[in-house]
Amino acid sequence: MDSIDSLASFTPAQVWQWLGEVADPEIPVISIVDLGIVRDVQVSADAVCTVVITPTYSGCPAMQVIADAVTEALRAHGVQQIELRNQLSPAWTTDWMSASGKAALRGYGIAPPAQQVIDISGLQRHAHGSAHAAISRSVPAPQVECPHCGSVHTTLTSQFGSTPCKALYKCLDCHEPFDYFKCH
Amino acid sequence: MDKHNTFEYLLRLGDNALILSQRLSQLCGKGPAMEEDMALTNVALDLLGQTRLWYSYAGELEGAGRDEDALAFRRDAHEFRNCLLLEQPNGNYADTMVRQFYFDTWHYFLIEGLTRSSDARIAAIAEKSLKEVSYHLRRSGDLIVRLGDGTEFSHARTQTAVEALWMYSGEMFAYDGLDQAMVAAGIAPDGAELRSHWLAHVGSIFKEATLTMPPADAWMQSGGKQGRHSEHLGYVLAEMQFLQRAYPGATW
Repeated sequence: MDSIDSLASFTPAQVWQWLGEVADPEIPVISIVDLGIVRDVQVSADAVCTVVITPTYSGCPAMQVIADAVTEALRAHGVQQIELRNQLSPAWTTDWMSASGKAALRGYGIAPPAQQVIDISGLQRHAHGSAHAAISRSVPAPQVECPHCGSVHTTLTSQFGSTPCKALYKCLDCHEPFDYFKCH
Repeated sequence: MDKHNTFEYLLRLGDNALILSQRLSQLCGKGPAMEEDMALTNVALDLLGQTRLWYSYAGELEGAGRDEDALAFRRDAHEFRNCLLLEQPNGNYADTMVRQFYFDTWHYFLIEGLTRSSDARIAAIAEKSLKEVSYHLRRSGDLIVRLGDGTEFSHARTQTAVEALWMYSGEMFAYDGLDQAMVAAGIAPDGAELRSHWLAHVGSIFKEATLTMPPADAWMQSGGKQGRHSEHLGYVLAEMQFLQRAYPGATW
């Protein structure tokens, strides 16, 4: 950018590209951009770079590590003034995960989110009586595809896995256990 | 809206999440099965994350320089505003799960209501928490059905827990002046409405679990929201706060 009113020697597009190289600390095959937790990048005229990130889960212990990694990556590219902002609304959903991110997860042995996230509020309005579909036991479980053999003949072993964002499944065909990135 | 009232209300939200989170964390490495152990600690982690969001906002509103850590570690039992249900001991697994189910059902309808709060920050935190809270409720409801409609032994223990903890369920809907002020300001959802949703959901799960629901008009214990706690809370805090009391300001 050679504009006379900007002191910044970098553009938001470059920052996005640099952030695309920052790996998620717990799932190193996917970048924080592919994961959908970088919401916005702004570069001000006086070269302050603002990055807006959103947590996947409110208790996600990786958020501090991610914030540190973002700062470190931008520093390495010569960005001096960095402002990190945490944004809660709209809440992160697995729909924000990129297609390449989902493919990388599968290659890593983690089944990516199996369905588009349904708008909970819409369901509640249309659910019969006062029944809230989000908590109903009659809502069918998602069909999860085994990342090893591709079979959808799989079953849930545990609602929680090694991190809050995952559940444990096992394949009934190849008998391998695997992590499933929960739909939220 | 009076900032002090909102601060007090935020403490109630944060304290409920923190005390239950601490109780669940006590089971880390001691769960009845590996899957349950992971679930208990992951639920505890979600609740801890939500606590931090409530406390951070509370600290900012108070404007007295207290951050989330000061609110968690440097308040004494009478300053805590959690409902008595959440400080009850873990007991056997039926006790743990019935406590969880009573709370999760209320928490879900409360948080769902708070997504429409007139306070934008509270609405944003609720929106973030709602999916986690729905997931918790689906899980605890499943387990209540499994335990209640399980063996004769698990049924008996679960029925006992249902009855023993019932008197702590009413406090969540017993709105005092502060809660009423929050409803009037459009910040919090109405208590009577939450209670009718709660009774309907608990009733439908109990029916499936072959459990008998105690009478809705039974006598209910209260006091936690106003800082009058059972002796259990002191022990919870002694364990949770020890390090910061012994070494104030210690960091990793």
